[in-house]
Amino acid sequence: MDNQRCKGSRDLLPTDMTAFRAMERVFASTCLRYGYQEVRTPTIEYLHLFTSVGTLTPSMLSKVYSFLDWDGWSGERVVLRPEATIPTARLYIDNLLQGGPARLFYVENMFTFEATGKESRERWQFGAEMMGNSSPSADTELVLLARDILGEIGLQDFTISLSHAGMIRALLQELALPPSEQSHLFDRIMDGDHAGVIAQLAHIRPDLKEPLSMLFDLKGDSSAFLRNLRSPLVRLLPRIETSIDDFIAVTRLLTDLGCRYQIDMTSGKGFEYYTGTMLRFDAAGERVGGGGRYDDLIPLMGGGDIAACGFALNANRLMRVIPCREATTPSLFLRAQDQAHISDRLLFDIASLLRKAGYVAEIAQGYPQRTRHRWALLVRGTDDRPSFLLTDQSTAKATELGSLSEILGILQVVNAGKAGPS
Amino acid sequence: MQVRLALPKGRLLPSTNAWLGRCGVDLVGYDERSRSYRPYSRSLPNLFIKTFNERDIPIQVAIGNYHLGICGQEWVEELLAKYPASAVVKVHDLGYGRRQLYLASSDSTIIGSIDELKATDSPLRIVTEFPNLAELFVLNLRIRRFRILPVWGKAEAYPPENADLALVVNGLDSSSGYPLRPLASVLSSNAWLIAHRAAWESRDLSMLLDRFMGMLPVPYRDADAQEFPNISKVVARSSPQTTDSDVWLALPDGHQHDPTVEFLREAGLQVDEDVDSPTRPRLNLPGMRAKTIRPQDMPIQVANGNFDLAITGEDWLHDHLCVFPSSPVQNFVSLGFGKVRIVAVVSKNLPYETPQDLRSPSRRHNHPVLRIASEYVNIADRYARDNHLSPYRLIPTWGASEAFLPEDADLLVENSQTGRTIAQHGLKIIDTLFESSACLIGPVHPRGDEAKRSRISDITALLSKAVTQ
Repeated sequence: MDNQRCKGSRDLLPTDMTAFRAMERVFASTCLRYGYQEVRTPTIEYLHLFTSVGTLTPSMLSKVYSFLDWDGWSGERVVLRPEATIPTARLYIDNLLQGGPARLFYVENMFTFEATGKESRERWQFGAEMMGNSSPSADTELVLLARDILGEIGLQDFTISLSHAGMIRALLQELALPPSEQSHLFDRIMDGDHAGVIAQLAHIRPDLKEPLSMLFDLKGDSSAFLRNLRSPLVRLLPRIETSIDDFIAVTRLLTDLGCRYQIDMTSGKGFEYYTGTMLRFDAAGERVGGGGRYDDLIPLMGGGDIAACGFALNANRLMRVIPCREATTPSLFLRAQDQAHISDRLLFDIASLLRKAGYVAEIAQGYPQRTRHRWALLVRGTDDRPSFLLTDQSTAKATELGSLSEILGILQVVNAGKAGPS
Repeated sequence: MQVRLALPKGRLLPSTNAWLGRCGVDLVGYDERSRSYRPYSRSLPNLFIKTFNERDIPIQVAIGNYHLGICGQEWVEELLAKYPASAVVKVHDLGYGRRQLYLASSDSTIIGSIDELKATDSPLRIVTEFPNLAELFVLNLRIRRFRILPVWGKAEAYPPENADLALVVNGLDSSSGYPLRPLASVLSSNAWLIAHRAAWESRDLSMLLDRFMGMLPVPYRDADAQEFPNISKVVARSSPQTTDSDVWLALPDGHQHDPTVEFLREAGLQVDEDVDSPTRPRLNLPGMRAKTIRPQDMPIQVANGNFDLAITGEDWLHDHLCVFPSSPVQNFVSLGFGKVRIVAVVSKNLPYETPQDLRSPSRRHNHPVLRIASEYVNIADRYARDNHLSPYRLIPTWGASEAFLPEDADLLVENSQTGRTIAQHGLKIIDTLFESSACLIGPVHPRGDEAKRSRISDITALLSKAVTQ
C-alpha cells in the first residue's frame, strides 16, 4: 500500500516520542529552575505580524503557509506560525506588558515549506525568551541556560558560536548605502550568504578588505579576539564601537564563568529582527539551535521600548543527534496461562497493584503479542489459588513465585543499583 | 509521436495565428469566429491543439496535459509567484503581445509614491487579476498591512473609492475615467513559449521547435522597454465628490449588463452611460453611485463594504458563501432574469448517468483521481465533498470550461441556460445542483448613516416591487 503521509511531514513513533518527552522534561525543568514560565501561543496568527521590515526576510515569507480563513472575506491572511519569537512577543505585548520584564519558555511546532520534502515542514522547537532586559548579562544567561539544557539532555559534544547583528548593521551603515540596500544585504547575511556580501562590500570599500577578512574569516575563542579587533575596526568604522563593546562584555562574562564558545561572525543566520549578540548551537555537524537579541522587535510591534533576547532549540534535529536512552521504569507483561481458570478481574487487580508500586504493567489482550518488556509474568493456577512464573526475558531466567510480594521483592533486588521505579 | 500544444484565445489569438503562419504552421479553425476548441494543422497530423483562456495555459502545461503552450508571460509569472516549483520551462520570448503590469493608485488619493505607500498605517486594499504577483510584490516592498482582493477583471475601475491600489495591465489613462497614477512597474511581459518540464527533458518536440526556432526574436533588451507612463501625461481630474451617505451600486458587465439595465429601467431607475467614464454609469437617483464590474467579484466587494448593493447572480453569491460561510453579505431580492441551471456534466461517452455512478468502484478504477474543472471552484469543491467523490482534483478555469472535457478534465460544474452548448460539445448533464437567477445583494448588517440606510431600503423596495409586478 502506498504511503499516505503528506509530503514533507513526519510521523513521530513511540521511540521518537520517548526521546522527545525526555528532552522536553529536561528543557522545561531547567527553564523553570532559571525562573522562566511556560506559555503557548496559538498555531494560527495574522500574516501581518510577520510582514514588516525587521521581522521575517522576504525569502522566509515566501515559504510560509498562509491562507484565507473561513471568515477571511476581507482578504486578511492568516499563517500557520512559521517561527515563535514574534508570536511570543505578541503574547507578551497583549497580556503581560503591565507586569514588566518576563522570562518565558515554550514548546511549539513551526511550519515552513521546504521544496524537497526531505526536511520536515513541521518542526518542533524548545524556546526561551527574556523580555525587558538589555544588559549583556541577559545574553549571558541565555547562553548558560542553553548550555545547561543541551548538557542535561545528553548531548555529548556541541559548540556554541557567537556573532553580533549590531556589528553587521553598523558595518552596513558605514558604507552609506541606501536603507533598502542595507536591509537587503542584511537579509542576505541572515539567509546565510556571508561570502557573497563580504566580497561585495570589499569591492565597494577596498580599504575594508583586510579588516573584514579579520572579522569574518578568523574565529576567536575568548573576548581577547574582539579586543584585538576593536581598535583597527573602530578606526575605520566608528559606528561599530557600541556594538563591539557590547559583544566584548557578553563574551568576557562567559569566559569568566568558564563557558566555552567560539566567536564566528559567519555563524549568525536567521531572522531580520536580530540586533545584538547572536547564538548558534551545533552538534554532529548539524545546527541544533540558535537565537539572539532583538531589541527593536517589541517597539516595532507597538509594545514600547522593551529590549529582548531569546533562543530556540530544534527538537527534530536534537532527536537525530542524541543517543536514545532506554526507558528506566521496569516493565512487565502479564498473561494468564489458562483463561478458563484465571479471570480478567484477577489480571487487572495484579496489574493495578504493580502500577501502584511504580512499574509498567501491560496485560495481554486478544491476539498473541510480542512483548517489548523485560519481564513476563505468567499467572497460573486458579483465581482462588494463583501462582506466578516470572521470566527475566533478558536472561531467560524464570522463577516460580507464590505471591505478589515475592514478585515485588525480586524486581526491587534486580533493579537496585539502577534507577528505581519512578 | 503526438505533440500537444495549448494556444490562447482572446487578445493573443490573431498575433499568435500570424506568428504560427510565419513559422509554417498553418492552422484550420484557429480564428476569432471559430466555435471549435480544437484547431488542427493539415501538414502536421501528429499535432494535437486545444485553445484556452490564456490564464489556463500555464496550469495546463504545468500539470502535463500539454507539452507546449503559448500565453502571456504575466500568467506564467502569476503561477510561479505562488508555486515556484511548477513544472514549467520558460522556453522563449516570442516578441509580440507586449503588456505592462503596474501597481497604480488613483490620481486623487494621497498615495503618490512607493515611499508614501510604505508609510501608510491602515491596511491597503489592493484589487487585481494577479493576486500572487501582487502579494509577492508588496511583500518584497515590505508593506506591512495589505489585503489582496482578487478580481476577475476591471481592476482599474476600483480606485479610488472601492480600493486603494490596483495592479493593472497597460491602459492607465483608460476607461475607468478616473486616471490611475502608476507607482511601480511590476512586469513587462510578452507572449512566451512554455513547455512542460518532463516533456522538455525527454520528449522529441522538434517537429514544432524546428519550425519555431528560425522565427524567434532576439532576446528582449532593456532599452526596448516601453516607457513607464509619464505621469504628467495623465490628466489630473478632481476626485469624484462622494459623501458617506452615498450608496454604491455595482452593476454587472458582460452579457448580464444589458438585461440588468433593462430591468432597472422598467423598475424606474434610469442607467445612462457616461462616455468619459464608461465604468461609472449615471443613475437618475440622488445619492446613488454606480460602477460596472464583474459579477463574480461582487459578493466579496459587498462583504467588505467597498460596495453597498450589487446586482450579480445567485451562483456567484453561493460560490462566495461556500468559501466564507459567515460572510456578511446576503440576497436581498431574487430578480428573476438571467436564469441558469448549475449542472454537473461529463462526456457523453462515459458510462456515468448520476452522481452515484461517480462514486462507483468502476469510476475509481477508470478515473482514480477525478479531475473536476469549473469556474465555480468553491461550489465544485463542496459538490465533490458532499457527494464523496474523493479522490478528486479541482482545476479552476476562466471561461469556456466545456473545452476541458474529455481530455483535460472528467467532470465539469458549469452553468447552462438551455443545455444546447453542452450537447453541441458531446457532453451530457448528470445532475442539477441548483437554479440561479440575477439577484440584488447587500450587507447582512445595516451600515452607514440614516440617509444611506433609507436609500438602501428604498432601492430594495423598488426592485422587489418590480419583480412582483
